[in-house]
Amino acid sequence: MDPRRTARTVSDPKVRQVGFFTPPPDHAISDPPRHHDPIQSPSQSSPPVNDRSPSDSSLSPVMIPPPRHHSDALLRTALQATSPTKPFSPSTRTVMIPPENKDLRSPGRKVVYGKSPSSFSGVKASSVPASELTTVSVVNLALGISGKILTAEEAGGASVEVQNDRRASSKPLKEKTSKAERRALQEAQRAAKAAAKAEGSKASSSASKVVTSENTKPIKATKPSSQKNDGSQVAASDKKGGDRAPEKDRKKDAPHPRMQYDDTSRVEKAKKRAVVKQTEARNRVELFRHLPQYEHGTQLPDLETKFFELDPMHPALYKVGLQYLSGDIYGGNARCIAMLQAFKEAIKDYSTPPEKTLIRDLTARISSYVSFLIECRPLSISMGNAIKFLKSRIAKLPLALSESEAKTTLMLDIDRFINEKIILADKVIVEHAVTKISDGDVLLTYGASSAVEMILLHAHELGKEFRVVVVDSHPKLEGQLLLRRLVRKGLSCTYTHVNAVSYIMHEVTRVFLGASSVLSNGTVYSRVGTACVAMVAHAFRVPVLVCCEAYKFHERVQLDSICSNELGNPDAISKVHGREEINYLDGLVNCENLQLLNLIYDATPSDYVSMVITDYGMVPPTSVPVIVREYRREHLWS
Amino acid sequence: MDFQVVVLAGDTSKNLAPLVSKELPKPLLPVANRPVLYYVLHQLEQSNLKDLIVVVEGKETAVLVGDWIFGTFVDRLHVEIAAVPEVIGTAGAIRAISHHLTAKDILVVSGDLVSDVPPGAVAATHRRHDAVATAMLCSVPVSGPSESGSAGGKDKAKKPGRYNIIGLDPGKQFLLHIATGAEIEKDTRLQKRIIRAVGQMEIRSDLMDAHMYAFKRSVLQEVLDQKDTFQSLKQDVLPYLVRSQLKSEALLNGFPKAEETGNGKVSSQNKQVFVSQILANASTTSFHQPSSVDPDGYVSTRKTHTCCAYIASSSKYCVRLNSIQAFMDINRDVTGEANHLLSDTSSDHNNIIGPSPKLGTKTTVGPNCMLGEGSEMGDKCQVKRSVIGRHCRIGSHVKVVNSVVMNHVTIGDGCIIQGSVICSNVQLQERVVLKDCQVGAGFVVTAGSEYKRESLARKEK
Repeated sequence: MDPRRTARTVSDPKVRQVGFFTPPPDHAISDPPRHHDPIQSPSQSSPPVNDRSPSDSSLSPVMIPPPRHHSDALLRTALQATSPTKPFSPSTRTVMIPPENKDLRSPGRKVVYGKSPSSFSGVKASSVPASELTTVSVVNLALGISGKILTAEEAGGASVEVQNDRRASSKPLKEKTSKAERRALQEAQRAAKAAAKAEGSKASSSASKVVTSENTKPIKATKPSSQKNDGSQVAASDKKGGDRAPEKDRKKDAPHPRMQYDDTSRVEKAKKRAVVKQTEARNRVELFRHLPQYEHGTQLPDLETKFFELDPMHPALYKVGLQYLSGDIYGGNARCIAMLQAFKEAIKDYSTPPEKTLIRDLTARISSYVSFLIECRPLSISMGNAIKFLKSRIAKLPLALSESEAKTTLMLDIDRFINEKIILADKVIVEHAVTKISDGDVLLTYGASSAVEMILLHAHELGKEFRVVVVDSHPKLEGQLLLRRLVRKGLSCTYTHVNAVSYIMHEVTRVFLGASSVLSNGTVYSRVGTACVAMVAHAFRVPVLVCCEAYKFHERVQLDSICSNELGNPDAISKVHGREEINYLDGLVNCENLQLLNLIYDATPSDYVSMVITDYGMVPPTSVPVIVREYRREHLWS
Repeated sequence: MDFQVVVLAGDTSKNLAPLVSKELPKPLLPVANRPVLYYVLHQLEQSNLKDLIVVVEGKETAVLVGDWIFGTFVDRLHVEIAAVPEVIGTAGAIRAISHHLTAKDILVVSGDLVSDVPPGAVAATHRRHDAVATAMLCSVPVSGPSESGSAGGKDKAKKPGRYNIIGLDPGKQFLLHIATGAEIEKDTRLQKRIIRAVGQMEIRSDLMDAHMYAFKRSVLQEVLDQKDTFQSLKQDVLPYLVRSQLKSEALLNGFPKAEETGNGKVSSQNKQVFVSQILANASTTSFHQPSSVDPDGYVSTRKTHTCCAYIASSSKYCVRLNSIQAFMDINRDVTGEANHLLSDTSSDHNNIIGPSPKLGTKTTVGPNCMLGEGSEMGDKCQVKRSVIGRHCRIGSHVKVVNSVVMNHVTIGDGCIIQGSVICSNVQLQERVVLKDCQVGAGFVVTAGSEYKRESLARKEK
């Protein structure tokens, strides 16, 4: 195997380091999570990890700024738990509690692990979904792990031993299981759960033993000390199971069922309501029929024609809608800011009609604006969150407020949102991310993310010596705009298309990506092609850092890029701008058996994401739901 | 939508010499038996623009036009008539009514525009780009009878002498250069600055300025105030704005951030810059932006403004009535291919015959014809591709082809009229042969006379 690859241990998501530590002074402690993966026999001939490996210097500590509203302990628990609500029965929990910890059965018991700096309870949260969802070849994983272990053994020393000993009894190994083995493992877990339930919490310790024994058998782990990881697996799957039921109950928080565009009757109804007349495109890709796609070029003229006929529409909103429709504004932040500013204008000019109350009428008005904007272009998740925020602010207005006061309050609220959630958030992200850039780095970015751009520029201002690889793709070629601005500032850049990403990835030391949204299973929803870049980076053991403001987080869970996505103009991919001679598809576009697919977004599984840099710090993707749960409530809904 | 509409209903119309007169000002010149102004107002009304300012030259004209508007559009439109002195030009007219203008943007439409391009489209383009001026451009109409023009085919062969040289950016959204026929002698000058900023300019001469503009009010008023020599919107103001778009002077001070709210703290200023930077980075860059962002990345103080063009699609009908030829064309088209401009087209034969025409035996009215109410025709007449007004009396054996006959015209037996315009109250005695002629109002053509390509009008003392 290519020795180069193995050297990059850090990028493996399994080794994601989580927790709330300030960077320990000692090198040995700085890499603690590696201790948990001692699956590999040291005899394997992977080269020793060199200390220059990016992981050592930069990726190890996850720094989370002290929470603003919570006590430290609370936050810890919060971040360690993967899912928003967890009414676990103590019985199921006990399954994975090592005997030593039996006394702590409260849901918050995990804090215990946090006590010892060398044991990273956070790893559980991070590594588990990874191994669950992963589709990467086992070989790669193994390689990565081997590298890690070496480091761990080099660095860890006694602490590793201690830890392993403590956990060995209860935590079987997961890593190298085949499908059948995993199946067996699952069965075992199920059985264990059932047993635990039946026997009650008292029998928990025995149950856990059952699990251990059952699990360890099929696994060809040679070392008993390597089983910790699987324990975390069990824990996580249990968590997940507990997670689902309460999720269903929270109806009001459930996302509104999205319109399925292959449902003819509903589409007809929606058409009648629609402001913008839209002609549905005929040739749509089967898998994506549920997404709206319109004949490109029919919407804009129609909307333009109706300019004066849409009486209730505020001009500012109209302008923003036109700009969305024509593609003049793109990008999550920009679209969100533009929308909020238009709302501000609209609120400024708003006056309550007689015999109506501001709260209700304005909410209705905003809703009509929003549906207009949706017709222009489907909302991004960030915009959805901003709208929710605004509506909740309106709903929470005190009744006693006069109209002008209410309007001022709302406008200030909007300003505050833009300021805190976007501008300040970006600044914090930049602060965090810059610490991950060191001299000599080669940073790769894909597309044009405003946050990444700011990071790069700031790092450049700080005088760091690094090189940027801008990866771009047709048809939007947004990267060129980014490239233009970077080159102008004097950064040294390489520009390539996504086709060449596997080549260029050899020299890259870090990948910075922007995101349209990060969903609560850690999936990163972003410009199409991001997943590809992240996967290649992962395969090359290059850490992938996703920069995303927390207001773009969403509690939705999405496993693929199919169920919710956006379709772009198919003509954009059938024609090459500026090269008229490439016209092989001319005349074929309306052909029955040709379907053009221009996806706008894709979903990157959290496995490929090493870290999400957000305004609450740098967290593993698995901690996203915690942020969603803990902070969303305070800042958005309240 | 915060738009105000100004209809410039009376420009100097020497081109239409024998057709218009004091009694029949240009706005009221009948096109397919409706005053030409009707088409504009109808179009605006369809777009839900009901508050209009109609600017008319001359007091008497204003009275006439006003009477007609109030008679026709009573209850439907809220129209203010403003009379301005003659010869002050379009810019002068706007200047004169400047104090009535309050909205954020002004839509200026020429009263002689016969078009089905929705004004909303122009306004939307204007708003979308936040432009100071947006001009509607349409393809130069094919003048002359399009098919089988038996008459007047010759002078249609030569193209109209008025060219518009229009420069567009590659995306065909921004107006980079505009020069209208009158200024173009042999050469036209382009500005290097603009070409350098844009990189590529497309020069078109097949587009016509349709004289429908959207202006930002504040800018328009400032320009008009400062440059009091400007006479015409089309020839002075618009080219000026287009020329100066990259070095927009003090006249546009503070317009990009005019809506900044109150608290002048430095921090908020920074935020504004930050936000506008995010927005600018994430919006499609027009050529204006790279030049206005200096190497530090901060939006420099240099101001630019945008001039946009809305190019009407070729399927839309858009002609200005500014020559006799255009008048003929419009009459032909309105009754023919563009008959959707008339709201009440309901006849299946493609020709519109008024309520009570009396047709003699063996009289045929061909397709694309229009017969006003109360007109009478004798036996064995032939009418092809023509418009005949109200209360005309046409004798027997009369042939009317490709012509416009206005109201109250008497045509004697055996006349042959081809490609001509016959104004109201004209009397044609027997066996008159007219080819490509214009006959002014109240003229009497004596029996048996033959004219070809002449303009006949009553001697104005």
